[in-house]
Amino acid sequence: MESFLQQLINGISLGSIYALVALGYTMVYGVLRLINFAHGDVYMLGAYFGYYLSRLVQGRTPSHLLDAAVVMILSMIGCALIGVIMERFAYRPVRRASRLTLLIIAIGVSLLIENASQLIFGANPRFFPQLIPETHIHMGNLMLTNQQVIVLVTALALMILLNLFIYRSRTGKAMRAVSYNLDAAKLMGIDTDRIISLTFALGSALAAAGGILVSINIPGIDPLMGVMTGLKAFVAAVLGGIGNIFGAVLGGLILGLAEVMVAGYGSSTYRDAIAFLILIAILLFKPSGLLGKGQVEKV
Amino acid sequence: MKRLLWIAGTIGALLLLQWGATALLLDGPIRQGPYYYQIIILAGINIVLAVSLNLTNGIAGQFSIGHAGFFAVGAYMAASVSYYGGPAIRGAVSFLPLVGQDTVVLILALAAAALATALAGLLVGIPSLRLRGDYLAIVTLGFGEIIRVLILNIDAVGGARGFSGIPKLSNFFWVYLLVAAVIATVWNLVRSSYGRAFQAIRENEIAAQAMGVDVTRHKVLAFVISSMFAGMAGCLFGHYTMYLHTNSFTFVKSFEIIIMIAIGGLGSIEGAVLGAVLLTVLPEAFRGFEGYRMIVYSLAVILIMIYRPQGILGQVSVIKRVRAHFITKKAAREAATKAASSAAKMPVKAEGA
Amino acid sequence: MPLLELKDATIRFGGLLAVKDLTFAVEDGELFGLIGPNGAGKTTVFNLITGVYAPTSGVIAFDGKPIQGKHPHQIAACGIARTFQNIRLFASMSVLENVQVSSHMRSTQGVLGSVFRGEHFHREETLHREEAMRLLELFQLEKLADEPAASLPYGSQRRLEIARALGTKPRLLLLDEPAAGMNPQESADLMRLIRRIRDEFKVSILLVEHNMKVVMGVCERIQVMVHGEAIALGVPSEIRTDPRVVEAYLGKE
Repeated sequence: MESFLQQLINGISLGSIYALVALGYTMVYGVLRLINFAHGDVYMLGAYFGYYLSRLVQGRTPSHLLDAAVVMILSMIGCALIGVIMERFAYRPVRRASRLTLLIIAIGVSLLIENASQLIFGANPRFFPQLIPETHIHMGNLMLTNQQVIVLVTALALMILLNLFIYRSRTGKAMRAVSYNLDAAKLMGIDTDRIISLTFALGSALAAAGGILVSINIPGIDPLMGVMTGLKAFVAAVLGGIGNIFGAVLGGLILGLAEVMVAGYGSSTYRDAIAFLILIAILLFKPSGLLGKGQVEKV
Repeated sequence: MKRLLWIAGTIGALLLLQWGATALLLDGPIRQGPYYYQIIILAGINIVLAVSLNLTNGIAGQFSIGHAGFFAVGAYMAASVSYYGGPAIRGAVSFLPLVGQDTVVLILALAAAALATALAGLLVGIPSLRLRGDYLAIVTLGFGEIIRVLILNIDAVGGARGFSGIPKLSNFFWVYLLVAAVIATVWNLVRSSYGRAFQAIRENEIAAQAMGVDVTRHKVLAFVISSMFAGMAGCLFGHYTMYLHTNSFTFVKSFEIIIMIAIGGLGSIEGAVLGAVLLTVLPEAFRGFEGYRMIVYSLAVILIMIYRPQGILGQVSVIKRVRAHFITKKAAREAATKAASSAAKMPVKAEGA
Repeated sequence: MPLLELKDATIRFGGLLAVKDLTFAVEDGELFGLIGPNGAGKTTVFNLITGVYAPTSGVIAFDGKPIQGKHPHQIAACGIARTFQNIRLFASMSVLENVQVSSHMRSTQGVLGSVFRGEHFHREETLHREEAMRLLELFQLEKLADEPAASLPYGSQRRLEIARALGTKPRLLLLDEPAAGMNPQESADLMRLIRRIRDEFKVSILLVEHNMKVVMGVCERIQVMVHGEAIALGVPSEIRTDPRVVEAYLGKE
């Protein structure tokens, strides 16, 4: 029983990371109907920004938590910028092109970031500095680390903030309008280019947060760390119903839990396949994902 | 009859080329020969992958990004046949010379690969092809990854160690025979009522069904044919490299094949060939600039898609154009000779005037 | 026995009852009109007949056999062809290829036959191409045979849709607002064309149309629908004066 609860906590912890990254996929898909394959690489960049920033910041502020907060906020800003640049130069010129063209460009951008990172950061893994010394929290027979708690609380806080922004603010309303119908939103006087930029900025910032939170838990980072995580986060987004914010969170959690359970109770080599198995099972029965709305072509 | 001549001619020409390539590159005067020979082989395999995927993606318009999975199924299936069944097969045909035995083993391995991948294509295609667009893409990607993980867990084919000890049975001749076969198949299919049905599905699914096209059946059909050729390419790949590892069959390989057909021109056979050759040869040509090479490559992909989204060749068929060019030339020549002969028959008036 | 018969056909989309207990029949060789104000459910009826939707309840019979629940391609094979309100051509294929698609279901060639191409393949291919060319000639599109369908002007696209539907050799042809966007001259031509199609191809035609001049001009009988229900059936002169129809279109006095 304890081990199950332990796995549950690990699963939720991993799931919340997937959820943070999945949110970016879902938001971008919502406004542009684009699978931004480079999103996983932004998550990787977040971790690397965090790595370099940590070395600058660590010990300069009064507390470890403040160190971590400064590092995280600065990398989120850095990745937000990367996201905006990516949209402006790679996706905006082809916004009206076919879906395939967009997809190939996304793959191209992803390859570009990965290869440039290998050149700049080196291909070998790096050790992420320990921003917050690990302490153990015992709850009965259950053992948690303070880092796990921080990951969970931060991820949750970010998701709540995002939700407030999208559903309570004027700009969030405009964002929903754009995702509902880009052309109509434009006719209503919404500056759609600005909203799309903002969507990329927000999504990328969340991915950066995910990258740093992961590195706090599992400190090895490398330029290809975003490939699998990105793919799985995308799977999480589709699982929940792509374009749906709650769906992304739900999908992320399901995926995190499933992976940890399979690795814990089954064979860890099947861990990478389970994400896709769940995805396929769900899509075959509910093609629009768990919370997605089906789109029927009008005849 | 004409068809038989074509086939015999192709085989003859390929044998000749095979002999030439071996003499020049492997045994002969060009230094680093084996390196070039290998690039030519890999280009051929990529052509098969690109042209076959183009049938599903470009012609039938069903966006699949799991081609590497079928490539893997074929490679491992065929390698198992020749690795485990090879000695028995050779024993059964021991009356043949060694080359003949090799050929029999390879043909059986090819057949097994084709059968296994066609079946895999059917199993994956029937449920997936009900989905559209991005969903289909991600499900095919998922199946590709699942296939890879499954292979990784089969100990008989080496699992994570990789599959080694595969006999070297494939060569220039076999690879380019498959290239000829896939091009001829897709070419003829596109110019038949099946091809028109595939394209109709791509253009407008609802109208296609209203015209009596069984949309599901045709999508699955295109998918199965594509997978089958990918599987046969896998067979020849494994029997050339003599070693297989699942790392060669990740979704990155699927992306590579997609990029080949997109760069060349989606839906165009010549485009797929061009894309496959470019993407095999160019990275090799820039090997000296390791590090920058992949950056240039990814930038090139982005720029080509931004400035020429229809690909280098677009939907135009080079062969059609060349043929049209010659036909008009021929017609012009005939018209000219006709005019000349009629002019010759006419009494010369102008002189008198 | 009528060629097409709907008995209490009903379809519900969630809470919306789009077609309710609709019953009517089209006789062999008849020119039958289906009219009603916007949102009456006319196109939904077409989608029910052609298998795009399956009715929630009720029977749709073609040539005496029930066809509800069959797939669209099976219904096309039974002998029902249609055009679409929002034109659905195979845009990047040539005009000729558009019509040739409709002969695919009659093709006796398998995949292998199409790859290896025996004599029979070429004979059938030629036959089907000639049939398609004849249809194009009838619709004065033969000169455009090699052009991509998307490049055709609007009126020609509408004609091509009809030609393509006839390519399936139907016994019943459903035309969904063929006169939409046409000027009076073009509508008059269309009326002549519709009659000619019926006579030359021996098909029954079920027509949905907003242009009253066209409907009244060509249809022999007319069914009127409002809010998914049938309200009147009769010959044009009866329909024109039917108080229920007048009310449906103009409102109550």
